[in-house]
Amino acid sequence: MKLALRIWRQAATTLPGAFVRYELDDVAPESTLLEALDQLNEQLVLAGEVPVAFESDCREGICGACGVVVAGRAHGGGPRTATCELRLSAFRDGDELTIEPFRARAFPIVRDLIVDRSALDRVMAAGGYVSVRTGSAPEANALPIAKDVAERALDAAACIGCGACAAACPNASAALFVGAKVTHLALLPQGGPERAQRARRMVEAADREGFGACSSHGECHAVCPKSIDLSVIARLNREHLRRAPA
Amino acid sequence: MTATALPIPAAPTNDRELDPHLPQTPTLSAAWRERQARFTLATRARRRQRRVIVIGSGLAGAAAAATLSELGFQVSCLCIQDSPRRAHSVAAQGGINASKNYQNDGDSVQRLFLDTLRGGDYRSRELNVHRLAELSLAIIDQCVAQGVPFAREYGGQLENRSFGGALVSRTFYARGVTGQQLLLGAYQALLKEVDHGGVQLLPRREMLELIVEGGRARGVVARHLPTGTLETHLGDAVVLASGGYASVFHQSTNAQSSNATAVVRAYEQGAAFANPCFVQFHPTCLPPHAPEQGKLILMSEALRNDGRVWVPRAPGDGRAPESIPEAERDYYLERMYPRYGNLAPRDLASRAAKGRCDGGYGVGPDGRGVYLDLAEALAREGAPRLVERYANLFELYQRATGTDPLRAPMIIYPAAHYSMGGLWVDYDLMSNLPGLFVIGEANFSDHGANRLGASALLQGLADGYFILPQSASSYLAGNLLEPLSESAASVRAALARAEQRTARLLVIGGRHTSREFHAELGRLLWSGCGLSRNRDDLQHTAQAVAELRSRFWRELRVTAGAAELNQELERAGRVADYLLLGELMCLDALQREESAGCHFREEYQTAEGEALRRDAEFAHVAAWFYAGDGQLPRRTIEPLQFRHVTPAERSYR
Repeated sequence: MKLALRIWRQAATTLPGAFVRYELDDVAPESTLLEALDQLNEQLVLAGEVPVAFESDCREGICGACGVVVAGRAHGGGPRTATCELRLSAFRDGDELTIEPFRARAFPIVRDLIVDRSALDRVMAAGGYVSVRTGSAPEANALPIAKDVAERALDAAACIGCGACAAACPNASAALFVGAKVTHLALLPQGGPERAQRARRMVEAADREGFGACSSHGECHAVCPKSIDLSVIARLNREHLRRAPA
Repeated sequence: MTATALPIPAAPTNDRELDPHLPQTPTLSAAWRERQARFTLATRARRRQRRVIVIGSGLAGAAAAATLSELGFQVSCLCIQDSPRRAHSVAAQGGINASKNYQNDGDSVQRLFLDTLRGGDYRSRELNVHRLAELSLAIIDQCVAQGVPFAREYGGQLENRSFGGALVSRTFYARGVTGQQLLLGAYQALLKEVDHGGVQLLPRREMLELIVEGGRARGVVARHLPTGTLETHLGDAVVLASGGYASVFHQSTNAQSSNATAVVRAYEQGAAFANPCFVQFHPTCLPPHAPEQGKLILMSEALRNDGRVWVPRAPGDGRAPESIPEAERDYYLERMYPRYGNLAPRDLASRAAKGRCDGGYGVGPDGRGVYLDLAEALAREGAPRLVERYANLFELYQRATGTDPLRAPMIIYPAAHYSMGGLWVDYDLMSNLPGLFVIGEANFSDHGANRLGASALLQGLADGYFILPQSASSYLAGNLLEPLSESAASVRAALARAEQRTARLLVIGGRHTSREFHAELGRLLWSGCGLSRNRDDLQHTAQAVAELRSRFWRELRVTAGAAELNQELERAGRVADYLLLGELMCLDALQREESAGCHFREEYQTAEGEALRRDAEFAHVAAWFYAGDGQLPRRTIEPLQFRHVTPAERSYR
């Protein structure tokens, strides 16, 4: 099939960028969009041009490295689809697709379609963990955890940290991302002792990084490759109101 | 290509060169305790003055960096991705083995040890493997305490499932995303230490050189990928946790940035490379839809708990699977391995699948596939139970193929997946270069000639949480090194080597991209050094890889420059190293004149077509030393001594 790609090209963070149009004459419909970009880059290199910089790693929707906006939608696919899982069969022969990077104040563009998402790591480092030293853990089955609780914790822990939630949000809020981790750990007894300070510190860190506030648009959930539920944001708000134990 | 035989390196001459430093104890179970008791300790104040450079942030690297920091060391943790959470451990699906015996089905440390040693076809050290089995218990405790949401039973206890090569249920899991959840546990432990100031996180760095001063590893040169700047990171010890090299095959389950550059650089600086020919092919992957497709999608081995593998009995049977009656199906794993059936280990399952397809029984568009059929489990347990167990795998499959695995059998085929070979390490996980530790898939240690499913996560975490922090602490406490200056000759030389290498890649100005060379290398290795090998093919392949390598350095094209983000340049550097490693794999496979685990030499097979080991000649680790560009590497051996277990023929029939 044939595809036209309008791709955002920007040589560096501080330089201006612009869309450049490319044509692919013969791509297999069973290929993924990222494989089509690979193919385009092969053509560009052979033509002596600079290939399009984009990020991807596992190419099976679990590492969270990929993520571009396709036709105005973060990740570009239907629900529960990361960019790397997006197949060309989702488009029509001859379509023109606009591909641009995730845009949010907290995600400066590194080059072309690559953005810097290290803000998410800094938010996680503000308490998004359980303080347990290696070697200090009790016997694993000493503390039973109800099956449905473990399952709900895993639903929240499924977040792949891609940042699409913030890119899709009109406020560039990371509430879904923060809520997912706060929910995962608040549901489990292991996360209990630090739950109040965790929510407070992570929210403060997200504010510092320039992520906006949540105003319940729900765009984040719509584009989330793991369909993290909006209820994690409600839980985040509840956890945030907890008082740290005296 | 010429048909002349390649000169084979001289036979091993020295079996004392590589000392594994094994504890000498009367029983297996006393060995690790005895070693721990002898480790040198240092005060916390002294530990605070030492810096460790950790390369990689997967299960092994993140766990090691976090634990070293908890002990008080300063840690620099470099990772190639934009965040440590993306390391390829994240993609492991099915689970992690531990001999908790929660199912009361006869499991024990001893049984996990024996299963792993036998699964590896007796080509690993018994003391290492026993330690791995012992540590499996504490690993599950550790991960649960971190908040890893493992599957639970209704009573709240941890649930298990079975994996290949075992008759007990000892695999702990979190749906089909166990690797992700364990990695997030290690990542959170790492960020806890970033929060406390002990770990400096250095993402988007690729190690390009190892710095060796006075015979000891003291740091690395890394490329800061967004800017192309070369940086030096200096310390008192270096830990390589940079993963495996199965991506050398081009078509593999590995991630885009999984690569062999860090281990190849260490090899060039004198670290021995052990058993490079031991690479595992995973039996349950999705067949490629195009030859240029690099990344192949993996379907967890866990599916073999409930799925039955079959092909039509008649070659070239083009009927749809549902219209092939039961009597005309060949459930070949159940037929060949009645005791283990569909849970035969990966090497056997992969070889059997390729055998069926080569014989003309394969299914799918080009006959490169076999069925993995859930129909029986569906009838027995119903869709909801299966969905609960495998939801995300079904979703992954349906998205990739457009077929619902609950309505039609899946089509699977083997793909390069995991490297058992890697840098040689002693019992303390230190290479032959003092101060250079190698952990996780990057080392060669515990899996012998074939890794059992759900044991990679186990080894990564055993190395990272429990072994390396103690052995490296002891090294650091016992060796008080002078600080190394940025202007030292060894540092400047390493920087110069990295610069020259980059410059060399950029000036060629040829007509072919690095991806083309990588794909060609993959084709050569798949056919000549893949699931089945023989002397003639290996000789020709080694030679063809050498020729491809020289073509690479004449005909490569890379656009743009060194001082910017340049993914083509990054890939070219990695492909250059795959070419070197591909040749080394062929040489190693050629010299190992026996069949063992994944390494199947057609000349050495039993009457039933199974691997025929030659213990008298090859019960050893083959370790290779770099001898300079264009020179044949030097092979040496570490004999494997089995004092507690007698190697037997490995039978799953």
